[in-house]
Amino acid sequence: MSAQPQGFQQRAAQALSDENLQRSIGSLKGGFVAARARAVSALPEFEAMREAGRAIKDHTLDNLDYYLTRYEAEVVRRGGHVHWASDAQDACRIIRDICARVGAKTVTKGKSMVSEEIGLNDALEADGLEVIETDAGEYIVQLAKEAPSHIVMPTIHKTTSQIASLFHEHHRQYGFEHHVEDPAELIGQVRSVLRGKFFAADVGITGANFLVAETGSNVIVTNEGNGDLTSTLARVHIVTAGIEKVVPTLNDTSVLLRLLARSALGMDVTSYVTYSTGPRREGDLDGPEEYHVVLVDNGRTKMLEGAYRPMLRCIRCGACMNHCPVYLSVGGHAYGWVYPGPMGAVLTPMIAGHEKAQELPHACTLNGRCQQVCPVKIPLPDMLRHLRHDQWEEGFIRGKARWGIDAWAWLATRPKLYHAVTRTLVGIGALLGRSSGRFRRLPLASGWTTGRDMPAPQGTTFHAAWAKSKKQG
Amino acid sequence: MSQPEPTSGSSTSPPRVALFVTCLVDLFRPSVGFAAIKLLEDAGCIVEVPSQQVCCGQPAYNSGDTEAARRIAKQVIETFCEFDYVVGPSGSCMSMLRKDYPEMLKDDPAWSARADSLSQRSYELMSFLSDVLHVRVEGISYAGTVAYHDSCSGLRTLGIKAQPRQLLSDVAGLELRELQDAETCCGFGGTFCVKYPDISVKMVSDKVGNIDMSGADTVIGGDLGCLLNIAGRLKRLGKTTRVFHAAEVLAGMAKGPGIGEAEKT
Ligand code: SF4
Repeated sequence: MSAQPQGFQQRAAQALSDENLQRSIGSLKGGFVAARARAVSALPEFEAMREAGRAIKDHTLDNLDYYLTRYEAEVVRRGGHVHWASDAQDACRIIRDICARVGAKTVTKGKSMVSEEIGLNDALEADGLEVIETDAGEYIVQLAKEAPSHIVMPTIHKTTSQIASLFHEHHRQYGFEHHVEDPAELIGQVRSVLRGKFFAADVGITGANFLVAETGSNVIVTNEGNGDLTSTLARVHIVTAGIEKVVPTLNDTSVLLRLLARSALGMDVTSYVTYSTGPRREGDLDGPEEYHVVLVDNGRTKMLEGAYRPMLRCIRCGACMNHCPVYLSVGGHAYGWVYPGPMGAVLTPMIAGHEKAQELPHACTLNGRCQQVCPVKIPLPDMLRHLRHDQWEEGFIRGKARWGIDAWAWLATRPKLYHAVTRTLVGIGALLGRSSGRFRRLPLASGWTTGRDMPAPQGTTFHAAWAKSKKQG
Repeated sequence: MSQPEPTSGSSTSPPRVALFVTCLVDLFRPSVGFAAIKLLEDAGCIVEVPSQQVCCGQPAYNSGDTEAARRIAKQVIETFCEFDYVVGPSGSCMSMLRKDYPEMLKDDPAWSARADSLSQRSYELMSFLSDVLHVRVEGISYAGTVAYHDSCSGLRTLGIKAQPRQLLSDVAGLELRELQDAETCCGFGGTFCVKYPDISVKMVSDKVGNIDMSGADTVIGGDLGCLLNIAGRLKRLGKTTRVFHAAEVLAGMAKGPGIGEAEKT
């Protein structure tokens, strides 16, 4: 997927005035935020587990080459194939080639953020394949020709009645004539439509929550069981995963799965946790004939080298966005690409480039709530500040934003002059604002005064008042 | 206010404390600085206000101009290094001194140790009064129902949550109310509030909604940035909720106009 053209500011403004969207994202706060808090407080060792999760991920990233090679060897030993993709195009080409070779017509897909990242659906559809998302949320955004707005709950931006209208329009061909709004009935329709597709599929593509180096397994978690059907019913199973998904052992996945379910949904464990290892063996009742893994780099090796390595710990739980007041104000589409919220504000410039995501690292108050809830302790605010630093150094920050800071820093390193200048300005401000105690409009600070008054200064600067009181005292 | 119990080794001479005024207090609300001085002096400190001080450098640091932030950090270290403690009425600025300076200067052999040393002696006002001096407030009153706004840097970087509540619990007549979503940012965020005014106003509107819901007639907090933001929104909506810095209330100096109020109300 390529980043949307329009700027973040415009998309955010649109989102703020979209009442349906505001109602839908508002439900996150009472829902998953509260559920997470309950799940975490019910588990005294949660903090220790976060530390364990961080350590597992850091250890793996420090030895990533070793664990990836080990993983590859285990997959191959069990009859699977591993493909290495350096970027999005490369990854799509590998998958298209597999589909072409096996003569695929229909492809089912489990939920996979990396497939969104590489723009896989578009690539496959361009080859004339029928691609069906089987996660209910992904299925809905696919019908609506939209991108997911949340990495765990793709349709969090949509209301039930919007979904009902969408189904009414698209499900007539399957014999569902009536407009229904009951969530259970809507889900029933999805189930019925998808059932046929699962059996018709030639290729099933899933993501991976974890790849296990010691066994060559991939692990996916779902609450609908669609992942299992995608990976076992098609003739060919293709796993797409970022190279950072590997962990050393099965034991490690048990720590990370406990963190993931609680952080994402406030559940002790997701309804389905599926480990799949290689193609069907002799005597197996089911399973794919071919098993492929496409390991996607797409900028990750570059992140591994620098200050952004901690970002590769991310297990895509979504807690950072659920707790982000900016995400909760503007929703996921405002971020303009696949990954929204705090993790997206770091990943998007890293993967899609600063040019396409220059604003994202700045659209944050650095309040730190995301870091506090991140199950693998990613210092997201530090990462965002670091991105701002990189942009400053590389000259991306220009104009008013740059010379404003330059001029202020110049003045701030000349204390005598600074105090003389501020004394004068504060004196004028106090004089003008004395009668009402505040300003309703300020020409140089219109950003402030569009929705707020600006409290007036008290009369003089503290330093001037202090010097005076010392003299008198 | 009662004298602090002497901590080990410091019983002989009172601590020499430098006040880190912060730019917003300097420019907008000197009364917070005077309140801080009163609180510290009542607690037995010798307070000085170095006149060379300007700003902690946060605007540059958070805008990505780390080089300018380093220059300013060195200036702050130079200005404050000779004192026993540096104390400021802001969790945000004091987080810079405590957490960010050592990080910014860790690869600079000439400055790294000095940054660490200043960091260990730097405190936000209320955590200093509470954690270091163990003071109890005495003989102070404020008639009102008060919501305390937790500012993000103070809360999450410095762990300031219990300290102000404990200090305020000794203020006669003051009834403390907890806000729903108390740990959610108010939308100030330094330059964020002018760069992204729409989002910032949405966030402060949510905060003001929770303040309204709490039934509090006064909002207080430890960071003037958040308080200007909250007061500005309250005033724009025509609300009468008063806004003070916690230091003003604790020092018994919340008698004049609140933030954004005219003289002689
Ligand atoms: S950054 Fe942390 S909180 Fe956000 S999605 Fe990744 S693991 Fe979850």
